[in-house]
Amino acid sequence: MANSTPNHSASDAASDEIKVSHPFAEMVSMFFRNYAAVAGLLLLIAIILFVFVGPYFHPTDPFEMVWAPFSKPMEEGFVLGTDYLGRDLLAAMMVGGQVSMAIGLSAALISLFIGVTVGAFAGYYGGFIEEALMRFTEFFQVLPTLLFSMVIVALFGASLLTVTLAIGVVSWTAVARVTRSEFLRIRELEYVAAARSGSASDWYLIFKVILPNALPPIIVQANLMVGSAILFEAALSFLGLSDPNVMSWGQVIGSNRPYILDSGFTVAIPGFAIFLTVLAISLIGDGLNDALNPKLRQR
Amino acid sequence: MSSAIANDVPLLSVKDLVVDFKTRAGNARVLDHVSLDIKAGKILGIVGESGCGKSMTALSIMGLVPNPPGKITSGSISLNGRELTDLSEEQLCDVRGSEIGMIFQEPMTSLNPVFTVGEQIAESVRLHEKASKQAAMARAVDMLKAVDIPEPEIRARAYPHQLSGGMRQRVMIAMALACRPTLLIADEPTTALDATVQAQIFDLLQDLQRDTGTAIVLITHDMGAIAELADDVAVMYAGRIIETGSVSNVLSQPQHPYTQGLITCVPHLVPDPPIEREVLREIPGMVPALTNLGAGCAFEPRCEKAFARCKAEKPALLQISESQFGACWVLEEESA
Amino acid sequence: MSANKDLVVKDLKVHFGGGKKLLSGRKPTVHAVDGVSFTIPAGKTFGVVGESGSGKTTTALAIMRLVDITDGSVTLGDTQISALKKDELRAARSRFQIIFQDPFSSLDPRKRAGEIVRQPLDLMSIGTPSERAAAVSELFEQVGLRPEQQHLFPHQFSGGQRQRIGLARALSTRPDLIVCDEPVSALDVAIQAQILNLMSTLQKELGLTYLFISHDLGVVQHICDEIAVMYLGQIVEQADRVTLFKNPKHPYTKALLEAVPTVHGNKRDRSQRTRLHGDPPSPINLPKACRFASRCPRAESRCHNDIPPLEENDAGHKVACFFA
Ligand SMILES: Nc1ncnc2c1ncn2[C@@H]1O[C@H](COP(=O)(O)OP(=O)(O)OP(=O)(O)O)[C@@H](O)[C@H]1O
Ligand SMILES: Nc1ncnc2c1ncn2[C@@H]1O[C@H](COP(=O)(O)OP(=O)(O)OP(=O)(O)O)[C@@H](O)[C@H]1O
Ligand code: SF4
Ligand SMILES: [Mg+2]
Ligand SMILES: [Mg+2]
Repeated sequence: MANSTPNHSASDAASDEIKVSHPFAEMVSMFFRNYAAVAGLLLLIAIILFVFVGPYFHPTDPFEMVWAPFSKPMEEGFVLGTDYLGRDLLAAMMVGGQVSMAIGLSAALISLFIGVTVGAFAGYYGGFIEEALMRFTEFFQVLPTLLFSMVIVALFGASLLTVTLAIGVVSWTAVARVTRSEFLRIRELEYVAAARSGSASDWYLIFKVILPNALPPIIVQANLMVGSAILFEAALSFLGLSDPNVMSWGQVIGSNRPYILDSGFTVAIPGFAIFLTVLAISLIGDGLNDALNPKLRQR
Repeated sequence: MSSAIANDVPLLSVKDLVVDFKTRAGNARVLDHVSLDIKAGKILGIVGESGCGKSMTALSIMGLVPNPPGKITSGSISLNGRELTDLSEEQLCDVRGSEIGMIFQEPMTSLNPVFTVGEQIAESVRLHEKASKQAAMARAVDMLKAVDIPEPEIRARAYPHQLSGGMRQRVMIAMALACRPTLLIADEPTTALDATVQAQIFDLLQDLQRDTGTAIVLITHDMGAIAELADDVAVMYAGRIIETGSVSNVLSQPQHPYTQGLITCVPHLVPDPPIEREVLREIPGMVPALTNLGAGCAFEPRCEKAFARCKAEKPALLQISESQFGACWVLEEESA
Repeated sequence: MSANKDLVVKDLKVHFGGGKKLLSGRKPTVHAVDGVSFTIPAGKTFGVVGESGSGKTTTALAIMRLVDITDGSVTLGDTQISALKKDELRAARSRFQIIFQDPFSSLDPRKRAGEIVRQPLDLMSIGTPSERAAAVSELFEQVGLRPEQQHLFPHQFSGGQRQRIGLARALSTRPDLIVCDEPVSALDVAIQAQILNLMSTLQKELGLTYLFISHDLGVVQHICDEIAVMYLGQIVEQADRVTLFKNPKHPYTKALLEAVPTVHGNKRDRSQRTRLHGDPPSPINLPKACRFASRCPRAESRCHNDIPPLEENDAGHKVACFFA
């Protein structure tokens, strides 16, 4: 089985004309060959347009009580209906989406940054550095995350920035573990030794050799994180710990949750929006993974 | 063939076996009209470059061609006069182990890491024979002794990872032999073993063939191993047998250009090396992809004797002497 | 060019483990390489053969400074490689390079063939960028690949072609020494001949020194000028290629040579060989005796009690056996 690939490709390499395109162009074209990823990208663009451009066409204030509570979608002229206070749900979805997406993406980036750094150094250097870093990671892992972020928010005040930081700081441990185990595996491979004997510095080995090869599981982890960050923010706002003056999908869910049995749509709609966002991002992540993998870039 | 005398009837006879694989790049004819005979108590060697279909030949005989994507398209395999390609999976399962034993290429992946090696041998005994647990275990210990493992009672209680590579390979042989098969297929049984350990395994195979009369199919890419162990040899290239015959003939007078290349491109160990070193003979180029073999001889792009006809038609096996066959147009021209 | 480019390895020792971990206590010490000395004259090929686990790869990695050296010295020309500190070492790396056994794991799957070959040039800032590009094209031709194949990824090459890329990478810095750890073991025999011939040609053209590790004695006999046989971390015999194969003295070398099946052999020959039994002892608990004694057909009580020194006769043939 393992023989089949080199055999075929070998003859490809020998006989075919070699077309040279810019690596980035090749990556882009590879991405666009993955239809699911393209669908994900379109979906994400649609969501972004909806939350950022939508308010220009539908400039209702999401905090203003405009009608009786719980009017069903498409009735009484409100496309998505109204919530328990009689506020326009469509406006809340648009404006709230801005916050949710911003928090989701930036919290994911923060935890990616911390997690990859900690995991990479632990996995690459091993020994004392690894043990110290992993004890540190375990410490964060066993902390009750919600409680810890509550403490952060309570200490530094409930603003968008602190909420994002709090989420990022409590959710990087999974990334760190994945990164470390990939580094442990890859650093033993011969191409790493080859690069080292080609005079590569530690820095080069970590970021230019090992990290690119460790990306696939990290990207998967990052995808999961965007979703969980959005949900985390929902949990915080449900507990009244996010900025009450800022609308978000999580806020919509949290505030309408007591009435879920009577008027499920007020929770279902933001829930569905979160689902779509997470879906779009994981499809894109999948496509990115393919685009970054030279083995799939067949001509 | 009709003139074959009764006691000369082969134990295993493979005729015109064709195996196809569906791949992304199209249909790959992995085995193309492969025919082999092996008589009881003999050792048949199969040699050839990586990917030429050696393992696939073995898997076909065992009824283990991965399906899908693979499939036996046509041909027959008969063991002791019984056709194997018609058997149901259950019947095949019975044949495997009781009549044919196999040693796989990677010993570590074919042993179960969570059972002791004794348990695993005993299990394969019980799978094919009615035997009590104790009797099967006793047999396992006997088998370990038979394959030259020191302190077999103790080793039977060891897990695969506690044994060295050579010992694991011997455990595999013990397992394959536990039900006293009439045919043993050994697929590169010594890759990844040291020369001295490899010699131990080869000695074991040879003793076995001599003492029990088990026929052995020995798959390898080492011509030396063929020379010292096998009675007959089949040389494969891109899914076809391109030369076959008795070892003494094929190795001393190889007829096919590929066989000639295979023998001369290896630096052979000699007791007194010449002071001046020669340049090794090379076979230029590389093995073609099985998905786009042309109409001609598959070796043609690499062959220095090739001429017009080689590109157009595939040569069939031609009898050269009493016990030697070659598939090459040059041979056809010469004999014509 | 400075005259002296010999590689001199003196009493090299590499021991693994032995350090303490925070919680799990002491790890046992593995004596992977335990006092190895040899000299490779510039432009020659020095072969190392031996049992699996005898420390061949570890010796190679130690010379390359890819594992920590426990004791001893490695000197290439006037530079003591084993004493170099971080930045000096990185600068000196251009003079010694390595090719690995596995053509599949030794090339970064995410880099193009050209990038892989160019990497050492970039990292050591050798030449201007456009000179580097030209050098890479030239290297590709030198190892028998087409320059436009630079743009392909490793998985698009066959095993033999990948080994050529590895060779091009090793040659890129114009090194004096190339350490080859089983460079043809993973290749089919037909391809193996191509690579061996290429290596010989390059050696003649560029005056390279090779440290050549292999378990294929036929290959070693073909390509090496001087050969050392290792057993459990030590050299047990060393001689030039003609002497070693004509007149092996150590019982392990003899057994090893007899174990190799050859096309000239036939069925009867096998039964006359001396058979070795058992496995080598573990490199953790080493006996204070000849390390081969437990498997040696000639061993006497002395072998189980004393360590035979590696002694050299007038012809430069070194053996570590009481009966040699
Ligand atoms: N699952 C599969 N799908 C497609 N092709 C396959 C599959 N398994 C094997 N092949 C092809 O079948 C051919 C024969 O494979 P086989 O394993 O018999 O080779 P081999 O001669 O045993 O090689 P080696 O010496 O490397 O073991 C190869 O070209 C391989 O690419
Ligand atoms: N990083 C390591 N940590 C601990 N032990 C090691 C390490 N690397 C190698 N060893 C041990 O050192 C010994 C020598 O290994 P080495 O890889 O040098 O052998 P080798 O001669 O190259 O064998 P082979 O022929 O199988 O490649 C072995 O016992 C091995 O298990
Ligand atoms: S048939 Fe032609 S190409 Fe094939 S081996 Fe014979 S001479 Fe060479
Ligand atoms: Mg095989
Ligand atoms: Mg090694």
